[in-house]
Amino acid sequence: MTVLAPRPPLPRVAPPMALLAELTHRCPLKCPYCSNPLALDRAADELDTAGWMRVLDQAAALGVLQVHFSGGEPMARRDLEALVAHARSVDLYSNLITSGVTLTEARLAALVEAGLDHVQLSFQDVDAGNAERIGGMKGAQARKLEAARMIRAADLALTINFVVHRQNVAHVGGMIALAAELGARRVEIAHTQYYGWGLMNRDALLPSAAQLEATTAAVEAARPLYAGRMAIDYITPDYHATQPKPCMGGWAQRFINISPAGRALPCHAAETIPDMDFPSVREHGLQDIWENSEAFSRFRGTAWMPSECQSCALKERDWGGCRCQALALVGDAAASDPVCDRSPHHRRVLDALAAGDAPPPPLVYRSNR
Amino acid sequence: MTEADIPRFAPGVRFRFDKAREAWALLAPERLFQPDAQAAAILQRVDGQRSIAAIIDALAADYAAPRELIAADVLAMLQDLAGKGLLRA
Repeated sequence: MTVLAPRPPLPRVAPPMALLAELTHRCPLKCPYCSNPLALDRAADELDTAGWMRVLDQAAALGVLQVHFSGGEPMARRDLEALVAHARSVDLYSNLITSGVTLTEARLAALVEAGLDHVQLSFQDVDAGNAERIGGMKGAQARKLEAARMIRAADLALTINFVVHRQNVAHVGGMIALAAELGARRVEIAHTQYYGWGLMNRDALLPSAAQLEATTAAVEAARPLYAGRMAIDYITPDYHATQPKPCMGGWAQRFINISPAGRALPCHAAETIPDMDFPSVREHGLQDIWENSEAFSRFRGTAWMPSECQSCALKERDWGGCRCQALALVGDAAASDPVCDRSPHHRRVLDALAAGDAPPPPLVYRSNR
Repeated sequence: MTEADIPRFAPGVRFRFDKAREAWALLAPERLFQPDAQAAAILQRVDGQRSIAAIIDALAADYAAPRELIAADVLAMLQDLAGKGLLRA
């Protein structure tokens, strides 16, 4: 008689490093490249305080080290301070990603008291008029400048973020200088990502190759000026690349994103994938979602890849690029990323670049549709 | 940096043990470093009170190693982290 050996345990999935907590989709700004989905979650559907605290507990237990409180505008949640304090109590490093327009001395003091580690403050341009036109909010720039001053006065670590595109990218040198003047230790010059609102406004936002070249040169010229004082992170637009970016460090490998209504997503744009069932943290634990759900497993690793990726030496470097981009441009989330010049669909990216030479169409602002 | 300096972590930088991965982690704005055992031994002694000289003395005693050898490694590593904006003297 054969003695059955116990089945060896399945290899455990490496835990995520970071949690993106999208607390709300509410926001006073209307940026036409907003990373939120076209269908915004309503305030009434948002997870409550206890729900978010449970998510933070489960994230810390699972192995998450950093939590990014994002939105929409996370300051729109009156319980932000309580959530930051809760993150601190379970030893999570907390980052607040904010537009700064509603920050007050009192709320900042409460956030510092709660143990907030870092603030990433967004600007739409260095030119106030253009910034307020792009963000769709009058008076926003003065509030942002005041927010930066308050944050530095509180000795909190500050990153300034500029999303750049063809309507502001000529000012990149001034953007970097402003960040340094505001006391940031880090500035992000991030080209627009073309999903959701950004994709809808792509022809109005995608820079030309000449604009991109000038921007890259301006960033490289600035680096030595700020060396040792301020780090400059430059995120290039992948439409101009020939190899895709390792989106999110690989599907469900490093990040877990929770939407305002409590859906767990491998990235903030993943809800665009139509045939995928995203588990809710109201019904499932985070570890179960991370390790066992179909949504997180489907594009993890390399087994799902099409043949042009399977045979590629870079498949564990870029992890096949971005699934949402494949869906948006090819209509199939399991296709190779069309940014890659080995993709049979690379032409779609080249066509979009060619369209960028025409005068920009009017911006479509983010709104509840 | 000299041995007389008292290093401390910069604002927005935290050093903690990561139970899930059984390793130390250095957390910074939008960045995360996983120091090796030697770097972790040094960073565990950065408390904003001890001078670099005191950190070197402690390591030399704990690891029964020649002080000059440890001093060079400690100064080089702390200097590197200060250059990255993670430490202040």
